[in-house]
Amino acid sequence: MTGGHVTKRAKYKTTIKDPGTPGTLRMTLEKILFVPHNPKSAGKLDVEFRFIKGQKHTKEGSNKPPWLNLTNNQNGSFIFEFENYSDLQDCRDFVGKVLAKSGEVSEKPTVTYPDEQLSAAEMELRIKLLQEDSELQTLHKQFVLSGVLTEAEFWATRKKLLDREANKKTKQRLGFKSAMISDIKPSTDGRTNKVTFNLTPEIILQIFAEKPAVHRAFLTYVPNKMSERDFWTKYFRAEYLHSTKNSVAAAAEAAEDEELAVFLKQDDILASESRWKIRRVDPTLDMDADEGDDYTHLPDHGIFRDGSKEVTESENELYRRTLSQDINRHAAVVLEGRAVDVELEDTRSVAEALAQSKQESSTKGESDGDTSRERLGRVSRMTEIEDLQAPNILPLAPLCIKDPRDYFDSQQANALRTSGDALGGTEQIKCSLSSQEVYGSLRQSISVIKAIGLKDPIVKPEVAHQVFDALTQSISTTKYNIGKNPQESVLDRLPKKIKEELLHHWTSILELLRHFWSSYPITTSYLYTKVNRLKDAMSHIYPQLEEIKGSVPSDLRHQVSLLIRPMHQALDAAIQHYEADMQKRSMRSGERPNGYA
Amino acid sequence: MASAPSKLYADDVSLVVVLVDTNPFFWRASSLSFSQFLSHVLAFLNAILTLNQLNQVVVIATGYNSCNYIFDSSSDLNQSFENGRMPVMCSSLLQKLEEFLIKDEQLSKEVPEGRIKSSLLSGSLSMALCYIQRVFRSGALHPHPRILCLQGSPDGPEQYVAIMNAIFSAQRSMVPIDSCYMGAQNSAFLQQASYITGGVHHKPQHLDGLFQYLMTIFATDLHSRSFLHLPKPVGVDFRASCFCHKNTIDMGYICSVCLSIFCKHHKKCSTCGSVFGQAQSEAASASDKKRKTPET
Repeated sequence: MTGGHVTKRAKYKTTIKDPGTPGTLRMTLEKILFVPHNPKSAGKLDVEFRFIKGQKHTKEGSNKPPWLNLTNNQNGSFIFEFENYSDLQDCRDFVGKVLAKSGEVSEKPTVTYPDEQLSAAEMELRIKLLQEDSELQTLHKQFVLSGVLTEAEFWATRKKLLDREANKKTKQRLGFKSAMISDIKPSTDGRTNKVTFNLTPEIILQIFAEKPAVHRAFLTYVPNKMSERDFWTKYFRAEYLHSTKNSVAAAAEAAEDEELAVFLKQDDILASESRWKIRRVDPTLDMDADEGDDYTHLPDHGIFRDGSKEVTESENELYRRTLSQDINRHAAVVLEGRAVDVELEDTRSVAEALAQSKQESSTKGESDGDTSRERLGRVSRMTEIEDLQAPNILPLAPLCIKDPRDYFDSQQANALRTSGDALGGTEQIKCSLSSQEVYGSLRQSISVIKAIGLKDPIVKPEVAHQVFDALTQSISTTKYNIGKNPQESVLDRLPKKIKEELLHHWTSILELLRHFWSSYPITTSYLYTKVNRLKDAMSHIYPQLEEIKGSVPSDLRHQVSLLIRPMHQALDAAIQHYEADMQKRSMRSGERPNGYA
Repeated sequence: MASAPSKLYADDVSLVVVLVDTNPFFWRASSLSFSQFLSHVLAFLNAILTLNQLNQVVVIATGYNSCNYIFDSSSDLNQSFENGRMPVMCSSLLQKLEEFLIKDEQLSKEVPEGRIKSSLLSGSLSMALCYIQRVFRSGALHPHPRILCLQGSPDGPEQYVAIMNAIFSAQRSMVPIDSCYMGAQNSAFLQQASYITGGVHHKPQHLDGLFQYLMTIFATDLHSRSFLHLPKPVGVDFRASCFCHKNTIDMGYICSVCLSIFCKHHKKCSTCGSVFGQAQSEAASASDKKRKTPET
């Protein structure tokens, strides 16, 4: 399958009965183009893939000609007849690929802002978060589904939540199965002599991992020398020969077919690997490999029954393989763990991924020559369990806080400025007297009191009485209105429904304000529309708040209006800013000379 | 000696650190004279000491240019000539106060007109907290400390950061800050202080009955406050002042790294050095505009 397009000779039929117009069918990722050979005929077709809903085709084994039927949205169909089934196959695969890709795209709502590429995993995370947090869900429903905010904007401020969710998913890698799935049994068709082997990418990965010679053969032979089908046919032929334990026949067939010989011979890659391992073993500590490994590729582990080497069948030695060898090799591979983490789509990708991982590990092994360093590395590797480690937090920039003395030194300079207007009319003690005078008067007060003593009486009874009255009054009224505990909030005394409504309004106002203020200064037209949307949404909230005030029983009305006031003020400030900005813009655009209006 | 105090030790032993405002500019303009104020306060301090044998009182003067410890009831240095007209405690306090004022006057420089004449509340708060920390570390048995601010001068916005730091550390050590504000307007700092630390804030209406206010509201120990009804403010003024100009603002820019408040858009945060990104850049912008509303 080539890259983004397929070109085939085909006939285009509008119905089944139609004999068909011969021409060229060209399919790209976006559309299907059919040009008839005869420029005068009317069968030209130019359809975009967006409109194609599905495809049907005739089966290969049947007696029907190779047809491909593409159905579109309006339930019409385009039928193409190909010259042979392999063409049909290619087109079918291509269409399938494009349809799968477009299926993702068409689900997203139409937005004018550039679409973010959402993966399916990302969508799942978002849906999960929404399901878990009902508050988030109501906010989402209120704003995103009504069009006030887009999905992207809504989730832009919640990246931390999404990250946390993503990390929660287990990242444990599944290891290999302990069962020897590489030793697959074919299914036989009772009638004919054919047997069918079902290969999944998982099985293929195991085969490649356990038999590196097969892996190497695959990489070299396919697709140059033989197709994948032929490769596997030969492989299973070799397996069959092994299972019959007929080493003579195996040798005979190996002599004829050199590719088959590869499968029948002992795995020389394995042999060289184990020899290499032995050379690098730390004999004091590591049970990684021992001398016995060198003989795993030999029958009976090289251990002979009565101490004598068997001389017979030496030329066929190479073609024998025992069950224990297979089992040991499989066990070794399972314990090594899975080195390949990619999606297993087809054989080619599996082979390449495995080859790459092997390459990486071999270069890693060769690079460090220092044995002690390697040993330390091994120890740390063995103590860490990668699957269970916490997710990698991104590196943080170190926080540096300035010397606090800078504040307090600078306050002298700042305090000299008149800050009276900022406090909005609070008193300024304007003193036209010099400091000497005022200090003097203070000291005089002290001498007075020293001379006279404390006031007698300290407090006049009527004044005390007045104070008591006022305090009692204020304490009892506030206790009635607000409650005993100074930290207790008014919200707790409201009926539950109203409290929830108020809190919901508060969070939605916060959300709107956050997006509103972050859009200023307005630099693009997208922000302009966004701000308008937000302003409309904010003005909708006003009547809702009034409604709440009205629905509350009268004794609580004052408290509720106190609670609502900051919300009003925040919204007012935002809308004021908006209007001021609008005015500025209109003035600015009005100032331009006529030609640029 | 070890057993007797433990028997007498009860929940209502308190250590009151009183911060007395001695800003001469304020007292000059106040309706309550300083000598009257002093007699109210001295009687109040005496009363606290009589409420429980183990009560302690510390007085810190909040001056215009400096702050200092004036009186410590637990120290043995309260020697003074016996003055028939008042207890020994009072006379030593007054003596120290006078000395403090003399020193404070010497520190004063010529300040141009128009500046708000605020006293150094942040300094005395810090001194109070240091004293209380020392008490905490003195042993297992110690009185429950609280701070009482008798303040009349207006808030100095340049002290915002220091006062907020003191308030948060008081909150952390669980030391309530009570405040009695005798000035004309409202003090946002003191309201916030009492609100955050769980103390009582009150602004007396009849200043000549100050003693009565002090006795009714501020003399209660912390344990009894759980079943006494004390006046609560209806709302708290939560306005902050910006870090760059020390103006009181209610809408400004906040650094998302260290939460410093600025009134104008800056390229770089002056506290932590973070560089603020473009206004529209996606994840990199560190400056966010937020509104702090006064809750009334």
